Amino acid sequence: MFEKIRSDFWYELLNSPVTVISSLIIGMIVIGCAFAPIFAPHTPFDPATISIMDNNLPPVWQDGADARFLLGTDLQGRDVLSAMLYGGRISLIVGLGAVLLSVLIGMAVGLLAGYFGGWTDAILMRVAEVQFAFPPILIALLFNGILKTTLPAEVFAAAAVPIMVLAIGLAGWVQFARIVRASVMVQRRQDYVTSCEAIGLPTRTIILRHITPNILGPVLVLAMLQIAVAIVTEATLSFLGLGTPLTEPSLGALIQIGSQYLFSGIWWVVIFPGTMLLVMVVAFNLVADWVRDYLNPRLR
Amino acid sequence: MQFLIARLFQAAIVMLCVAFIGFLVFQYIGDPVLALVGQETTVAERDALRESLGLNDPIIVQYFRYVANAIQGDFGISYSFNREVSEMIADRLPATIELVLLSGVLSLLLAVPAGIYTGIKRKGGIAQTIMALSVIGVSVPSFLLGILLILVYSVWLNWLPSFGRGDVASVLGFETSLFTLDGLRHALMPAAVLCLFQLGVILRLIRAEMLEVLRTDYIRFAWARGLPARHVYLGHALKNTLVPVVTAIGLQLSSLFAFSIITERVFQWPGMGSLLLHAIGQSDIPLLAAYLIFVGLIFTISNLLVDAIYVLIDPRIRHGAR
Repeated sequence: MFEKIRSDFWYELLNSPVTVISSLIIGMIVIGCAFAPIFAPHTPFDPATISIMDNNLPPVWQDGADARFLLGTDLQGRDVLSAMLYGGRISLIVGLGAVLLSVLIGMAVGLLAGYFGGWTDAILMRVAEVQFAFPPILIALLFNGILKTTLPAEVFAAAAVPIMVLAIGLAGWVQFARIVRASVMVQRRQDYVTSCEAIGLPTRTIILRHITPNILGPVLVLAMLQIAVAIVTEATLSFLGLGTPLTEPSLGALIQIGSQYLFSGIWWVVIFPGTMLLVMVVAFNLVADWVRDYLNPRLR
Repeated sequence: MQFLIARLFQAAIVMLCVAFIGFLVFQYIGDPVLALVGQETTVAERDALRESLGLNDPIIVQYFRYVANAIQGDFGISYSFNREVSEMIADRLPATIELVLLSGVLSLLLAVPAGIYTGIKRKGGIAQTIMALSVIGVSVPSFLLGILLILVYSVWLNWLPSFGRGDVASVLGFETSLFTLDGLRHALMPAAVLCLFQLGVILRLIRAEMLEVLRTDYIRFAWARGLPARHVYLGHALKNTLVPVVTAIGLQLSSLFAFSIITERVFQWPGMGSLLLHAIGQSDIPLLAAYLIFVGLIFTISNLLVDAIYVLIDPRIRHGAR
């Protein structure tokens, strides 16, 4: 797998303009959000710098706009563009963090179940099967909901991001476990594993040093697809009021704020964060599709 | 038969686990005694109440008491509405079921023909367009789609109402909005939002299965026998795509329930989803626990149905050769 990446990676990538554009978009969004304090024209959540006098300004190309606010302002006079960059940062952190957690749990379960088989496999996979019957978004929602009713409001608000990473990560590990287990069961029968066992390598070394590198391909593809899913899940939870607090909104919470004022004709607080969310999700999906085809030329 | 019995057994275990989680939530989040008594109650009185509620019994006894009550439809009393939880669920359930059914039927009616068509005419212009649209359908978060529809059809065009169920009519003892014009106008946008995601998923699955099956030898043989195209596609190919499709539809049914929470919030549809969000917002724990168990039950039953359908449509399972 890694040999192949060196030889034809750039050739294949440059042959797919859609993928190049998607990657560039992802890159721009990631850099823009990561360095939001530098790129954002305003500090949207600092009460000292916002003024209620600037509220509900439309984007610059419309009548009555203010040149300081490229994409307009919301009800409290916060700059929409800046809020999007700060909000996108939360979306990306939760998306990446949750997928990382899912990968770690899923790989651990999949490796154990696939390598040892027998009872370990039966128990782990039965648990996975039960969880698989429930839609991940519902699990994340209930997990967050139960914590929200249990924890004091300030604690929940302060820990909103880690809680969401945990909720979405725990909801998404099953697919990784299934795919890893299937790959491990194939690898387990290969000669190199048998020879590792024959020379008496410790099981841990066989699993981590020899089998793991050979199953990373499908995990990578799934992880890229799951980033999009996790970002949507985060946005949905925040939209439902179960995610980030409104004082520090992610993209989903921004859309929720905007959706309350739709009927006053204020569309920009919804449309711009919504577009950013959509573009991010589609771009991640397209890149993931390309990676899948690249790693598995049989499908082309 | 053995297959179904094994599945039934497994379903029972799943339900007990779900009930256990529901029980833990019910019993240990928040103190039921504090929820029942006022500030002035003495410690002794509280202890007496604790004893009479059976809260000092071993956990396993309490658990089975909870399950026994739940089976009889007794989930306790909602903190925030001060009503029987089971009554409230019964009130809200029809609204959610009608939404789920409407969008489920809608998505199947559109997805099956479209999936077959795009599977057969893979390179055609219409097929490519359908596939491109389905990518969008799968990618757009459903709450965003709902808001966009409201913006266009309710705010800008003022064609459709943006919230509520509208007029309901009583049909066979159920209040439903599917039989009044006003009700249908209210149901149209929520159903469309809920339908679109499922539509994309099922369509793509049927297409993929059709492509797979159409490559097999028995299809080539069917062509060689000179069978008309309709027979080959529908009689031979479609039949063999059904097993995975039925699994997916079973899973989709549960995800329709999950996504109805979001749709109900966007369109303020008074169903189970709105009830759940209310329960979370108000820390209404009996309601939350009951919802958990109820949804678990719906999913378990729908999975069992899927397994039963397997037995009907797949002779390999029916005859035990797996």
